[in-house]
Amino acid sequence: MSDTGSGLRHVEHVMGTVFSFDIRDRPTPAVRHALAEAVRHLHHVDAVFSTYRHDSHISRLGRGEIRLKDCPPEVGEVLSLCARATRDSDGWFSAAPAGSLDPSGLVKGWATEAASRILHEAGAFDTCVNGGGDLQLRGRPGPGTPWRIGIAHPLRPGALVTVVTAADGLAVATSGTAERGAHIIDPHTGTPTAPFASLTLVGPRLTPTDTYATAAFARGDGAREWIEALDGYEALAVLPDGREWRTRGFHHYGS
Amino acid sequence: MRRAVITTTGASALVLALLALKPHHLASLAEAPRPPAASHSAGTAPGSSAGTGTFTGSPVDTEYGTVQVAATLVKGKITDVRVLQAPDQNGRDREIASYALPRLTQEALAAQNAHIDAVSGASYTSQGYMQSLQSALDQAHV
Repeated sequence: MSDTGSGLRHVEHVMGTVFSFDIRDRPTPAVRHALAEAVRHLHHVDAVFSTYRHDSHISRLGRGEIRLKDCPPEVGEVLSLCARATRDSDGWFSAAPAGSLDPSGLVKGWATEAASRILHEAGAFDTCVNGGGDLQLRGRPGPGTPWRIGIAHPLRPGALVTVVTAADGLAVATSGTAERGAHIIDPHTGTPTAPFASLTLVGPRLTPTDTYATAAFARGDGAREWIEALDGYEALAVLPDGREWRTRGFHHYGS
Repeated sequence: MRRAVITTTGASALVLALLALKPHHLASLAEAPRPPAASHSAGTAPGSSAGTGTFTGSPVDTEYGTVQVAATLVKGKITDVRVLQAPDQNGRDREIASYALPRLTQEALAAQNAHIDAVSGASYTSQGYMQSLQSALDQAHV
């Protein structure tokens, strides 16, 4: 935890990635307490949902050793959110993309959004919570200033594709291959797919925004039309050959 | 307290940590001159701007090996980060050394130049890089 005069910042290594908190509100005791609670929540979510942990609820549920009623209530919530994302995306999002139970594609964004909400409920209204490159923004970083979020260029290390500005509340999720190779699974074939170098989605809340980004990435050619038809979401895609496309309303957020 | 912030890294976390180290500074580089820092900094002649020079970070042991960087700053702004030591024991180490570390540097510079608050689509893990860079910035008193 770090004081910066008027705000609070924290970086936490959890869920195999980096979460960072950028809180611009006055660090009241309630806000500090909420930050600690948000960090605890992330570790709790990791313990319950990690597919890398043999003894996590999700691993044991996947192996059939326990039933849903034996799990914390969040497991049911996540699986029902996954089912909804699967329905919304015509099956291009899956809680078992490679065959076995793995809701990781939803959990990180959902946990990031929850962390943001915990802060908000404690009176932190101007925050940026970054869950390994997927962000939930609220409010603004300073008076009259929008959040400015660089979109990393997937093919040119160090360069940005564009800068997304968010005047008041926005989720930004990027699915890509640059970071960890081809790790998005086509749920229809169960094999890795990489029709894009990266695909960035902006929307109001991170849970659906992140899952839709994953689903759109897996969908490939039909992604643009699908996102155009989604109310409140805009996308920027970088293709493997470096060409880019943007949905019609993306210019409201970035160039 | 500051040091405790840097529990780990990633490009996006690096950007945030840089902002945490230099509150209101990275974002306001273009708008306002920076007030002089009270403390001296290496490579700085009396009367010249504080936070100018090359600052060698502490070597940081990670599970992969030792990482050490040196940051060059001009008036508190990072102009270059050189990796002095990086693990190279196996393929994963070499991957970090040859790809992730330069990328972290470039993203730190790009973020600083674009005056952005965070980066989407990047989350490299390079704990030692971050810690060593932070110690370099601590020396620069920025």
